[in-house]
Amino acid sequence: MTVPKYLLLLAVAVFAACGDVCLGRGMRDFGAVTGANWRLLLTALWNPWVLIGIALLILFFGSYLTALSWADLTYVLPATALSYVLMALLAKVFLHEHVTLARWLGIGLITIGVGFVATGPALTVAVRRHPEKEPGPATASLGLNKGGRSDT
Amino acid sequence: MSNTATWVGIATIVLTATAGDILQSRAMKEIGDLGAIYRSHGILHVVRRVLSSPSFMLGLLFMALAFFSLLVTLSWNDVSLVGPASASLTFIANAFAARIFLKERVDSRRWLAALFVAGGVALLAK
Repeated sequence: MTVPKYLLLLAVAVFAACGDVCLGRGMRDFGAVTGANWRLLLTALWNPWVLIGIALLILFFGSYLTALSWADLTYVLPATALSYVLMALLAKVFLHEHVTLARWLGIGLITIGVGFVATGPALTVAVRRHPEKEPGPATASLGLNKGGRSDT
Repeated sequence: MSNTATWVGIATIVLTATAGDILQSRAMKEIGDLGAIYRSHGILHVVRRVLSSPSFMLGLLFMALAFFSLLVTLSWNDVSLVGPASASLTFIANAFAARIFLKERVDSRRWLAALFVAGGVALLAK
Protein backbone atom coordinates (compact mmCIF):
# COMPACT_ATOMS: atom_id res chain seq x y z
CA MET A 1 0.00 0.00 0.00
CA THR A 2 1.35 3.40 -1.04
CA VAL A 3 0.47 6.92 0.18
CA PRO A 4 -1.66 7.74 -2.93
CA LYS A 5 -3.63 4.53 -2.32
CA TYR A 6 -4.33 5.48 1.31
CA LEU A 7 -5.32 8.99 0.14
CA LEU A 8 -7.72 7.41 -2.35
CA LEU A 9 -9.32 5.34 0.44
CA LEU A 10 -9.64 8.57 2.50
CA ALA A 11 -11.29 10.30 -0.49
CA VAL A 12 -13.81 7.42 -0.72
CA ALA A 13 -14.77 8.01 2.95
CA VAL A 14 -15.00 11.83 2.71
CA PHE A 15 -17.06 11.86 -0.50
CA ALA A 16 -19.42 9.17 0.85
CA ALA A 17 -20.08 10.99 4.13
CA CYS A 18 -20.51 14.46 2.60
CA GLY A 19 -22.73 13.05 -0.17
CA ASP A 20 -25.06 11.25 2.24
CA VAL A 21 -25.32 14.26 4.54
CA CYS A 22 -26.24 16.51 1.58
CA LEU A 23 -28.93 14.00 0.51
CA GLY A 24 -30.25 13.94 4.09
CA ARG A 25 -30.38 17.75 4.16
CA GLY A 26 -32.15 17.86 0.79
CA MET A 27 -34.78 15.22 1.63
CA ARG A 28 -35.60 17.16 4.80
CA ASP A 29 -37.22 19.82 2.57
CA PHE A 30 -39.82 17.31 1.35
CA GLY A 31 -41.15 15.34 4.29
CA ALA A 32 -41.97 11.64 4.17
CA VAL A 33 -42.12 9.99 0.73
CA THR A 34 -44.86 7.33 0.48
CA GLY A 35 -46.44 5.21 -2.26
CA ALA A 36 -49.10 7.89 -2.74
CA ASN A 37 -46.66 10.76 -3.38
CA TRP A 38 -43.70 8.89 -4.89
CA ARG A 39 -43.46 11.58 -7.61
CA LEU A 40 -41.95 13.75 -4.88
CA LEU A 41 -38.74 11.79 -5.57
CA LEU A 42 -38.54 13.24 -9.10
CA THR A 43 -39.01 16.75 -7.70
CA ALA A 44 -36.38 16.01 -5.06
CA LEU A 45 -33.82 15.38 -7.83
CA TRP A 46 -33.86 19.16 -8.55
CA ASN A 47 -33.26 20.21 -4.96
CA PRO A 48 -29.81 21.93 -4.76
CA TRP A 49 -28.75 19.85 -1.74
CA VAL A 50 -29.77 16.61 -3.47
CA LEU A 51 -27.88 17.73 -6.61
CA ILE A 52 -24.72 18.50 -4.59
CA GLY A 53 -25.18 15.16 -2.84
CA ILE A 54 -25.41 13.36 -6.19
CA ALA A 55 -22.27 15.19 -7.47
CA LEU A 56 -20.34 14.14 -4.34
CA LEU A 57 -21.60 10.56 -4.65
CA ILE A 58 -20.40 10.47 -8.28
CA LEU A 59 -16.92 11.48 -7.02
CA PHE A 60 -17.27 8.80 -4.35
CA PHE A 61 -18.19 6.26 -7.02
CA GLY A 62 -15.15 7.03 -9.19
CA SER A 63 -12.70 6.74 -6.29
CA TYR A 64 -14.49 3.64 -4.97
CA LEU A 65 -14.31 1.84 -8.35
CA THR A 66 -10.61 2.72 -8.65
CA ALA A 67 -9.95 1.26 -5.17
CA LEU A 68 -11.91 -1.89 -6.11
CA SER A 69 -9.65 -2.34 -9.13
CA TRP A 70 -6.66 -3.06 -6.86
CA ALA A 71 -8.18 -4.31 -3.58
CA ASP A 72 -10.74 -6.82 -2.22
CA LEU A 73 -14.31 -5.68 -1.69
CA THR A 74 -14.04 -6.88 1.94
CA TYR A 75 -10.97 -4.62 2.30
CA VAL A 76 -12.22 -1.45 0.59
CA LEU A 77 -15.56 -1.29 2.45
CA PRO A 78 -14.21 -1.45 6.02
CA ALA A 79 -11.02 0.49 5.23
CA THR A 80 -13.20 3.46 4.30
CA ALA A 81 -15.32 3.21 7.47
CA LEU A 82 -14.12 6.62 8.62
CA SER A 83 -17.19 7.78 6.69
CA TYR A 84 -19.47 6.54 9.54
CA VAL A 85 -17.71 8.83 12.01
CA LEU A 86 -17.63 11.74 9.55
CA MET A 87 -21.32 11.25 8.78
CA ALA A 88 -22.29 11.42 12.47
CA LEU A 89 -20.16 14.55 12.98
CA LEU A 90 -21.57 16.27 9.89
CA ALA A 91 -25.16 15.30 10.79
CA LYS A 92 -24.64 16.77 14.26
CA VAL A 93 -22.96 20.00 13.10
CA PHE A 94 -24.89 20.80 9.91
CA LEU A 95 -28.25 19.03 10.30
CA HIS A 96 -28.40 19.48 14.11
CA GLU A 97 -29.51 15.87 14.48
CA HIS A 98 -29.26 14.55 18.01
CA VAL A 99 -26.54 11.88 18.08
CA THR A 100 -27.14 9.94 21.32
CA LEU A 101 -24.46 8.34 23.48
CA ALA A 102 -25.60 4.90 22.26
CA ARG A 103 -25.12 5.96 18.63
CA TRP A 104 -21.64 7.30 19.41
CA LEU A 105 -20.79 3.97 21.07
CA GLY A 106 -22.15 2.13 18.03
CA ILE A 107 -20.05 4.26 15.71
CA GLY A 108 -17.01 3.58 17.94
CA LEU A 109 -17.58 -0.20 17.78
CA ILE A 110 -17.95 -0.09 14.00
CA THR A 111 -14.70 1.84 13.71
CA ILE A 112 -12.82 -0.63 15.96
CA GLY A 113 -14.24 -3.52 13.93
CA VAL A 114 -13.12 -2.07 10.65
CA GLY A 115 -9.70 -1.27 12.13
CA PHE A 116 -9.10 -5.05 12.31
CA VAL A 117 -9.70 -5.37 8.60
CA ALA A 118 -7.71 -2.35 7.47
CA THR A 119 -4.52 -3.80 8.99
CA GLY A 120 -4.91 -7.05 7.03
CA PRO A 121 -4.03 -7.81 3.40
CA ALA A 122 -5.75 -5.67 0.75
CA LEU A 123 -6.04 -8.40 -1.87
CA THR A 124 -6.74 -12.12 -1.43
CA VAL A 125 -8.34 -13.05 -4.74
CA ALA A 126 -6.29 -14.62 -7.49
CA VAL A 127 -7.92 -12.76 -10.38
CA ARG A 128 -4.74 -11.01 -11.54
CA ARG A 129 -2.74 -14.21 -11.76
CA HIS A 130 -4.02 -14.36 -15.34
CA PRO A 131 -2.92 -11.00 -16.78
CA GLU A 132 -2.37 -12.64 -20.17
CA LYS A 133 -6.13 -12.31 -20.68
CA GLU A 134 -5.62 -8.55 -20.93
CA PRO A 135 -4.41 -7.57 -24.42
CA GLY A 136 -2.23 -4.56 -25.20
CA PRO A 137 0.11 -2.38 -23.10
CA ALA A 138 -2.30 -2.50 -20.12
CA THR A 139 -1.16 -6.11 -19.69
CA ALA A 140 2.44 -5.06 -19.23
CA SER A 141 1.68 -2.47 -16.58
CA LEU A 142 -0.73 -4.80 -14.79
CA GLY A 143 1.94 -7.44 -14.67
CA LEU A 144 4.54 -4.99 -13.37
CA ASN A 145 2.25 -3.69 -10.65
CA LYS A 146 1.29 -7.13 -9.47
CA GLY A 147 4.02 -7.40 -6.89
CA GLY A 148 3.12 -4.06 -5.35
CA ARG A 149 -0.47 -5.00 -4.63
CA SER A 150 0.04 -7.54 -1.92
CA ASP A 151 2.42 -5.47 0.25
CA THR A 152 0.04 -4.16 2.87
CA MET B 1 -43.16 6.80 9.54
CA SER B 2 -42.88 3.68 11.73
CA ASN B 3 -39.67 2.02 12.84
CA THR B 4 -40.66 -1.16 10.97
CA ALA B 5 -40.95 0.76 7.72
CA THR B 6 -37.51 2.30 8.30
CA TRP B 7 -35.95 -1.13 8.84
CA VAL B 8 -37.69 -2.59 5.77
CA GLY B 9 -36.23 0.37 3.86
CA ILE B 10 -32.78 -0.33 5.33
CA ALA B 11 -33.07 -4.05 4.42
CA THR B 12 -33.96 -3.10 0.83
CA ILE B 13 -30.93 -0.79 0.65
CA VAL B 14 -28.68 -3.55 2.04
CA LEU B 15 -29.83 -6.23 -0.44
CA THR B 16 -29.66 -4.03 -3.53
CA ALA B 17 -26.38 -2.38 -2.47
CA THR B 18 -24.75 -5.78 -1.81
CA ALA B 19 -25.76 -7.09 -5.23
CA GLY B 20 -24.39 -3.89 -6.77
CA ASP B 21 -21.11 -4.05 -4.81
CA ILE B 22 -20.47 -7.71 -5.68
CA LEU B 23 -21.16 -7.16 -9.39
CA GLN B 24 -18.99 -4.05 -9.52
CA SER B 25 -16.15 -5.62 -7.60
CA ARG B 26 -16.25 -8.52 -10.08
CA ALA B 27 -16.24 -6.07 -13.00
CA MET B 28 -13.25 -4.12 -11.62
CA LYS B 29 -11.26 -7.31 -10.98
CA GLU B 30 -11.95 -8.39 -14.59
CA ILE B 31 -10.84 -5.01 -15.97
CA GLY B 32 -7.72 -4.67 -13.79
CA ASP B 33 -5.95 -1.71 -12.12
CA LEU B 34 -7.77 1.43 -13.38
CA GLY B 35 -4.74 3.60 -12.46
CA ALA B 36 -2.46 1.53 -14.71
CA ILE B 37 -4.95 1.56 -17.60
CA TYR B 38 -5.39 5.34 -17.17
CA ARG B 39 -1.62 5.93 -17.31
CA SER B 40 -1.13 3.79 -20.41
CA HIS B 41 -4.36 4.52 -22.36
CA GLY B 42 -5.95 7.68 -20.94
CA ILE B 43 -9.21 8.41 -19.15
CA LEU B 44 -11.50 7.81 -22.16
CA HIS B 45 -10.22 4.26 -22.48
CA VAL B 46 -10.86 3.68 -18.77
CA VAL B 47 -14.45 4.95 -19.13
CA ARG B 48 -15.00 2.78 -22.25
CA ARG B 49 -13.62 -0.31 -20.55
CA VAL B 50 -15.80 0.18 -17.47
CA LEU B 51 -19.00 1.01 -19.38
CA SER B 52 -18.62 -1.99 -21.72
CA SER B 53 -18.56 -4.46 -18.82
CA PRO B 54 -21.92 -6.30 -18.43
CA SER B 55 -21.21 -6.98 -14.72
CA PHE B 56 -20.66 -3.27 -14.19
CA MET B 57 -23.89 -2.25 -15.95
CA LEU B 58 -25.97 -4.79 -13.97
CA GLY B 59 -24.21 -3.60 -10.81
CA LEU B 60 -25.11 -0.03 -11.75
CA LEU B 61 -28.78 -1.00 -12.00
CA PHE B 62 -28.68 -2.40 -8.45
CA MET B 63 -26.81 0.69 -7.24
CA ALA B 64 -29.58 2.86 -8.70
CA LEU B 65 -32.21 0.77 -6.87
CA ALA B 66 -30.16 1.12 -3.67
CA PHE B 67 -29.91 4.88 -4.22
CA PHE B 68 -33.66 5.40 -4.56
CA SER B 69 -34.32 3.12 -1.56
CA LEU B 70 -31.89 5.33 0.36
CA LEU B 71 -33.68 8.53 -0.72
CA VAL B 72 -37.07 7.14 0.36
CA THR B 73 -35.75 5.81 3.67
CA LEU B 74 -33.93 9.09 4.42
CA SER B 75 -37.29 10.84 4.13
CA TRP B 76 -38.58 8.57 6.94
CA ASN B 77 -35.76 8.82 9.46
CA ASP B 78 -32.47 10.52 10.50
CA VAL B 79 -29.42 10.28 8.26
CA SER B 80 -27.29 9.39 11.32
CA LEU B 81 -29.40 6.21 11.74
CA VAL B 82 -30.21 5.25 8.12
CA GLY B 83 -26.72 6.05 6.76
CA PRO B 84 -24.53 4.07 9.18
CA ALA B 85 -27.10 1.27 9.68
CA SER B 86 -27.55 0.52 5.97
CA ALA B 87 -23.84 0.94 5.20
CA SER B 88 -22.59 -1.29 8.00
CA LEU B 89 -25.21 -4.00 7.43
CA THR B 90 -24.20 -3.90 3.77
CA PHE B 91 -20.64 -4.51 4.99
CA ILE B 92 -21.70 -7.73 6.79
CA ALA B 93 -23.80 -8.92 3.84
CA ASN B 94 -20.82 -8.19 1.59
CA ALA B 95 -18.48 -10.28 3.79
CA PHE B 96 -20.72 -13.31 3.18
CA ALA B 97 -21.37 -12.51 -0.47
CA ALA B 98 -17.71 -11.76 -1.28
CA ARG B 99 -16.69 -15.12 0.18
CA ILE B 100 -19.37 -17.00 -1.79
CA PHE B 101 -19.41 -15.12 -5.10
CA LEU B 102 -15.96 -13.49 -5.34
CA LYS B 103 -14.01 -16.26 -3.51
CA GLU B 104 -12.32 -13.64 -1.33
CA ARG B 105 -10.47 -15.10 1.66
CA VAL B 106 -12.57 -13.76 4.54
CA ASP B 107 -10.29 -14.71 7.47
CA SER B 108 -10.97 -14.61 11.26
CA ARG B 109 -9.82 -10.98 11.35
CA ARG B 110 -12.52 -10.02 8.87
CA TRP B 111 -15.21 -12.08 10.66
CA LEU B 112 -14.25 -10.48 14.00
CA ALA B 113 -14.68 -7.11 12.34
CA ALA B 114 -18.15 -8.21 11.19
CA LEU B 115 -19.09 -9.00 14.83
CA PHE B 116 -17.94 -5.58 16.03
CA VAL B 117 -19.84 -3.90 13.23
CA ALA B 118 -22.99 -5.90 14.07
CA GLY B 119 -22.69 -4.77 17.71
CA GLY B 120 -22.26 -1.20 16.55
CA VAL B 121 -25.36 -1.44 14.37
CA ALA B 122 -27.42 -2.75 17.34
CA LEU B 123 -26.38 0.35 19.31
CA LEU B 124 -27.19 2.65 16.36
CA ALA B 125 -30.79 1.34 16.36
CA LYS B 126 -31.41 2.51 19.94
